[in-house]
Amino acid sequence: MADALLDQDAPTADSRSVHQQRRLVRALMTQPKVVFAGGFVVLLIVVALLARWIAPHDPLEQDLLAGTLPPAGFSGAAPGFLLGTDDLGRDVLSRLIFGTRVALVVAFVAAALAAMLGTLLGLFAGYFRGATDVVVSRLIEIWMAFPPVLLSILVVAIMGAGVGSVIVAIAIIDWTRFARVLRAETMAQAQADYVIAARVLGFGRMAILFREILPNVAPVLLALVTLEMGIAVIVEAILSFVGLSVSSDTPTWGGMIAQGRQIIYQAWWVFAAPLAALFATVLAFNQLGDGLRRALDPVMQR
Amino acid sequence: MIASAFLKRIIMAIVTLFGVAIVVFLLLRVAPGDPIAMMIAPGASTQDIADLRARYGLDRPLLVQFVIWLGGILHGDFGVSISLRRNVLELLGERLPATLELAIVACAVAVALGGAVAIAGTLVRRSRGEATIDAVNGLLLAVPDFVWALAFVLILGVLWPVLPLSGRSDPSVDAALSTRFYLFESVLTGRFGVARDTLAHMIMPALALALPLAAVIIRILKEALSEGMVQDYVLMARVKGMTELRLIAGEALRNSVGPTLALTGVQFTFLIGGTVIVERIFAYPGIGSMAIDAVINRDLPLIQGLVLVFGALFILVNLLIDVTVASLNPKLRHG
Repeated sequence: MADALLDQDAPTADSRSVHQQRRLVRALMTQPKVVFAGGFVVLLIVVALLARWIAPHDPLEQDLLAGTLPPAGFSGAAPGFLLGTDDLGRDVLSRLIFGTRVALVVAFVAAALAAMLGTLLGLFAGYFRGATDVVVSRLIEIWMAFPPVLLSILVVAIMGAGVGSVIVAIAIIDWTRFARVLRAETMAQAQADYVIAARVLGFGRMAILFREILPNVAPVLLALVTLEMGIAVIVEAILSFVGLSVSSDTPTWGGMIAQGRQIIYQAWWVFAAPLAALFATVLAFNQLGDGLRRALDPVMQR
Repeated sequence: MIASAFLKRIIMAIVTLFGVAIVVFLLLRVAPGDPIAMMIAPGASTQDIADLRARYGLDRPLLVQFVIWLGGILHGDFGVSISLRRNVLELLGERLPATLELAIVACAVAVALGGAVAIAGTLVRRSRGEATIDAVNGLLLAVPDFVWALAFVLILGVLWPVLPLSGRSDPSVDAALSTRFYLFESVLTGRFGVARDTLAHMIMPALALALPLAAVIIRILKEALSEGMVQDYVLMARVKGMTELRLIAGEALRNSVGPTLALTGVQFTFLIGGTVIVERIFAYPGIGSMAIDAVINRDLPLIQGLVLVFGALFILVNLLIDVTVASLNPKLRHG
């Protein structure tokens, strides 16, 4: 009986949301940035997941007799090592492929954590105003007076090197990016008719914040999270470069860059390959975030 | 009216700096891992360790430590670096000029580059030229200083080695300068050989720091200029027969600088933060590269001094920008 009732209601609700979804998908697909940059990010995820099967060699396998082989196409290149080898004879392409794992794990987890922290504080500051806003705003200002790189190195040095520390460091530092924007957005939304209506209907403050305002700021949030992923990839690379990220036997782009820097005159490709990967990944996350903002923001669609 | 707003801004800046001091103090004190343990020889007795802790005041309650530390700073006593065994204030004094010169040159490059491209973009607006500028600028907006710095190392330092890869000056160039502002002093005293050498060492780090800031300036200034070009006073000047370039660079620019500065202000502070990693990459002897070593060595007094200097720089830059924006705004100036 109950099922029958639900079934009767379901089609209308479903078809409306399907219609909305289609419109959203269409809006996203008309943004070339979303298509190309999004495609690249999906490719990275696939590479990270399938690293073990895609990589031509074991990323840790050393062969000192095959050290500093140049990439294919240069004189002295050996078949099977498309991007050459490093000074220990490890395959650069395989290390690059495995490096996507750390980069993406940090990108997704750190961006999500930073977003959660910043969104909560931004929502509270923007909606409750008063003392809450003063405290949050002052915290943001104090936080922004720290050089982010210095603060992240400080946090990782205190917690000990490792992916977990890197993720925590990024969340601790970059929550301000979310808090600043979400605070302003929430202030604007709090004046909107639907919030006033919800208040008149007697909704609780938390219900208004999380069920009414949050969905309406979600597009902005999504774009910010995507941009933050690019930033997180960079911060991880910086910390790997300084030697504070994962242990040295896990391949990371930043670690490869630091190692390549030591032997840059003998084997520039060890430095160039991860740098190119970093460049493309940051660009992709940035363009995807920009594209999402344009596609989802009704004001920008004009 | 302006004076009171300015005073309020300064008081806020002091409050922020105080907050920075508290955060850095607490962050380092709650840290696991003992800085003293790092500096003692293996085999030291527990009595030796306790003596050392007492010497650096690490055996007192937190609040007492904080009051002693803050009191010392107010008297110009930043303590003694644990890893370098030298007065922190002296170390900062030696390194800060290099970072200031780098940051100032980078800002100048960013403003000049950003301004020129924004004006050029407005000149060719609604054409393929503008679309090209926007596309290239999209790239500049996305790529951070760290990546630019590494790309310059590879391209201009190794593959096509035209610029020195590290340091601040070539040992073969006899500097013998009396201040640590190598570039400014050598230019002012007319020693252009030294100036050229210092500048050559500065180009790559300064450009890496400047490009992200230039990108933001281009985007915001170009939009402000385009809006300005349809204002009445610009139309009036156009009727009078002014050339397009003079309309943009003269009339529209004058009214776009203030709003652009207000919107890009925070980016100038990002540039200062960027010196930390960029100096490291080019082994440039400023406070940024020193900061990374200080953290890795857990050199508490040095870290505290460095973070305070960085915090003060951030706040000072913000203050300068606020004052400049206010003085450029005719409504505030005459209000």
